Amino acid sequence: MPPFPKKWLIVLLVLGFGIPLLNPLMPDVVSSYRLFLVSTMIIAAIAVLGLNLLTGFNGQISLGHGAFYAVGAYAAAILMDQYDVPYYATLPIAAVICFVVGYLFGQPALKLEGHYLALATFALALSVPQILKYKWLEGITGGVQGIVLSKPEPPFGLPLSEDQWLYYYCFIVMVILFWISHNILNSRSGRAMMAIRDYPIAADTMGINLRLYKTVTFGISAAITGIAGALSASAIAFVAPDSFNIFLSIKFLIGLVVGGIGSLAGCVVGGIFYVLVDNSAQALSTFIKNDLGLQFDLSAYTVFGILLIALMYMMPMGIVGGVYAAMRSLRRGSKGPAPSERPAVAASKPAASRQGH
Amino acid sequence: MKKTNRRTFVAGVSAAALLTSRSVAFAQKKYDDGASDTEIKIGHTNPYSGPASSYGVIGKTLQAYWKSVNEAGGINGRKINFISLDDGYSPPKTVECIRQLVEQDKVLCTFNTLGTPCNTAIHKYMNSKKVPQLYVATGASKWGDPKHFPWTMGFQPDYHTEGVIYAKHLLANVKDPKIAVIMQNDDYGKDYWEGFKEGLGKDASKVVKHVTYETTDPTVDSQVIQLKDSGANVFFVIAIPKFAAQAMRKAGDIGWKPTIYLNNVSASVASAMKPAGFENVQGVMTAAYLMDPTDKQWDSHPDMKTWVDWMKKHNPGGSLSDASNVFAYAVATLMHETLKKCGDNLTRENLMRQAANFQKWKLPLALPGITVSTSPTDFYPIQAVQLARFKGETWELFGDIMHAESS
Amino acid sequence: MEQFLQQLASGLANGAIYACVALALVMIYVSTDHLNFAQGEMAMFSTYISWQLMAWGLSFWVAFILAVLISFVLGVLIERIILRPLHTAPVLSVVVVFIGLLAICNSMAGAIWSYLIKEFPSPFPKSAFGIAGVIGPHQLGVVLVTLIVLTLLFLFFRFTPLGLAMRAAAQNPQMARLVGVRVDWMLALGWGLAAAVGAVAGIMVAHIVYLDPNMMAGILLYAFASALVGGIGNPGGAVVGGFIVGVLENMVAYAGNMIEKETGVYIIGNGEKLTVALVIVIFVLTVKPAGLFGRVVVKRV
Repeated sequence: MPPFPKKWLIVLLVLGFGIPLLNPLMPDVVSSYRLFLVSTMIIAAIAVLGLNLLTGFNGQISLGHGAFYAVGAYAAAILMDQYDVPYYATLPIAAVICFVVGYLFGQPALKLEGHYLALATFALALSVPQILKYKWLEGITGGVQGIVLSKPEPPFGLPLSEDQWLYYYCFIVMVILFWISHNILNSRSGRAMMAIRDYPIAADTMGINLRLYKTVTFGISAAITGIAGALSASAIAFVAPDSFNIFLSIKFLIGLVVGGIGSLAGCVVGGIFYVLVDNSAQALSTFIKNDLGLQFDLSAYTVFGILLIALMYMMPMGIVGGVYAAMRSLRRGSKGPAPSERPAVAASKPAASRQGH
Repeated sequence: MKKTNRRTFVAGVSAAALLTSRSVAFAQKKYDDGASDTEIKIGHTNPYSGPASSYGVIGKTLQAYWKSVNEAGGINGRKINFISLDDGYSPPKTVECIRQLVEQDKVLCTFNTLGTPCNTAIHKYMNSKKVPQLYVATGASKWGDPKHFPWTMGFQPDYHTEGVIYAKHLLANVKDPKIAVIMQNDDYGKDYWEGFKEGLGKDASKVVKHVTYETTDPTVDSQVIQLKDSGANVFFVIAIPKFAAQAMRKAGDIGWKPTIYLNNVSASVASAMKPAGFENVQGVMTAAYLMDPTDKQWDSHPDMKTWVDWMKKHNPGGSLSDASNVFAYAVATLMHETLKKCGDNLTRENLMRQAANFQKWKLPLALPGITVSTSPTDFYPIQAVQLARFKGETWELFGDIMHAESS
Repeated sequence: MEQFLQQLASGLANGAIYACVALALVMIYVSTDHLNFAQGEMAMFSTYISWQLMAWGLSFWVAFILAVLISFVLGVLIERIILRPLHTAPVLSVVVVFIGLLAICNSMAGAIWSYLIKEFPSPFPKSAFGIAGVIGPHQLGVVLVTLIVLTLLFLFFRFTPLGLAMRAAAQNPQMARLVGVRVDWMLALGWGLAAAVGAVAGIMVAHIVYLDPNMMAGILLYAFASALVGGIGNPGGAVVGGFIVGVLENMVAYAGNMIEKETGVYIIGNGEKLTVALVIVIFVLTVKPAGLFGRVVVKRV
């Protein structure tokens, strides 16, 4: 996919920094609630970014990134709760912990591909809430009751509200992480990652250390998702095993696919979608019931399912992929042949079908 | 000390009497966010999707209830605008929904938000925003703490107290008890378990085996086998209907006949006792506070008749055998009454004051003799239960109504 | 010893459930190369259909056969209508469609039949079946039905022209097309068969776990694990995998229980049995990446 135009990026960054300052001036339009909502979108976008590095750019399917998100959230919560670590210092520690967990998990995962890897990660996502409740860990994890935290307060006496500061905190972390990811992907290592995704055998013969790259990618991916988890612990100010059920992982996957696999912009779109889809499904369901007068109770969950299927019909490559495709078809002719679509995760399909022969 | 002048005393009393009855209507109208001359906004969260979606019926019945109230003219001339959002039983989502309700939709209060972890996630927020979090739909004991959380109030008898009651009954009635416990591995299970242990006191060592299950487990057969193997003669079931039914049936299947105590959560005849097989559940004991709609003995009770008529007319999609519908109806009538008592003074402060001012109010569909009582220091509306034993195809109440003071 | 036998029997009974659902997963996998995340919910929906038929007064076996047929048709329709346009879409997009399907099946069942759990009858006579105190009649019946379904599938694929055509279409679509196999329809047929097997699984499971819209949520993961342990392309492997996972899970709990009994120290128990069982499954997979029986039967060019 073509790189995002730089001038637009700057405009977006300026808007991202400027709009929240309007909160005291226009409390209804730029409301605290909306800032909070955008913060949760940012957190989701970071989590999807972590998943995208692994699945989108390295071709390893994960159905269990909720596990790393949970580890990050709990690491942050325990540090704040038990050791009085300030909230901002929990991010690097959570990242390191998640990197180690991800790296270690990447070792056996090396042997697994396609559906087998999907199962292993799925199992990880299911196990983590149970491990959090494990009898000998209850002392620090709070067991089933979880841990109640305080929200981060603005530093240096900045005249910001809690929600404004939370937004900036998340926004800055997001910008840094996207910048780092962008640089990784455009480096030698990034190209190696993608080569492994698209042509594993060729990459191997060319001397790329598959083992190292795959496990380290797993670690980085877990670390980024873990940071998102740590942010969420601060934003929600509460962690409990119930917050990290299997649907969390599935929703990250939905965010990834709907946003656009193998695209950084897609992570942001996915993060927004992740938060909006529930709300819009519910709004639509109410609308259908009240305004269209349908007698049958079409629940929000049904609408959610229909939305997903419809989206995949219209844009099988995700929203970003779909938008690019639409733009290309508009410009066709004037600019010669369009750059070919990246195989993205189509690459995982041959990998999967190689299994079990 | 000054002697109380008799005349001023009498005047004071009559003024107070006036205040509590009709005078409110003449007082100046007072509103907080979410209340006006024409409507009262109430927020609600509930899982309508995902693994806990079986609780969705509560939300639907509540919606039907407020609709029927509006059709009958509302409360003191105001329509209820009941905004119910789906949180999928996920605490982060609950926080998002509640912030939308409080900050965007500007509700007067929230009502019957469901789930222990979900309510825990918003507990601090609601109290710092000073928005009433009324009659939450969870039995955890932490909701009645007016000193630290003056804006939060529970509704049902808490699990902790119920656990204490079973333990006390068991110690008094079972000779040489050896106790086996199965518990859902979450907040709800833990609360019962802690209460049960507290009730056993120094006899806590009589628990010979304690096992847990996860809601993702397909069956609890393996757990029940372990429990039987422990040689226990008492079986305390802390499980939701599906797993409670499985556990009791499995116990029967493998020929284990202990004295069974079943948590009230699963006391429904239709969704737990019948699926477990009536032959397996004879003599099972539970503590009840509401009438079970599938229990024939209530068929001619006026409360039950009113409820059935109401269901048929206003909630035709709802199941008449689902205890959740009874629960939702009962808690909604309590909210209805609270709002009615507020009169035209619809401030959040007054709402809490009225909620904390019930004296032996007869709650529809509560067991005879069980009433709602609250005070500024007592935020547990219902604290009484009555034990029941399963016989034939229905529950038989026995013993006195127990008023347990929650710890 | 008694506990050991009971745990073993109960593990086998649970294993039969996993095996049944795993079989359905394998059916779709061999014909379309996808892991169907909505399989559990589709099976649940089929079970509700049979429940409804019984509620209308049909006998168990009539309802059973009708539900299986209806499920077959529904499976074919889902493939033709929902998945056909996505033939060229990336794998993960199809996964998202499966998740959408899962959400729709689950919420529709809830809306039509409510979330209240329902009893589901067992067709197996109480007197003639089972070993008292060890395995119930229904559990034994499920094991038998699973084996019968497996045998039928084996016969179908091995000895009928249609079975041969389906295998050909899955293994080498281009070649199959050249020799006149209608590959498109074979895919749809695969979905139909999977839905039918799923219906059998659901109807067998429902008596044990009770019928409710979320009844398959827990089971599906075990079924995945079973299918993968056995080798995802191999029906026989899936069934063996199901029994392995079912027994393994109970044995983990049993071992934990025994350790606690002997030493008084809690190490593992019911809270961790899923985790431990999965760790073992994944360990097996890292040693034999294609599953235990992955290479033996399935041959694809």
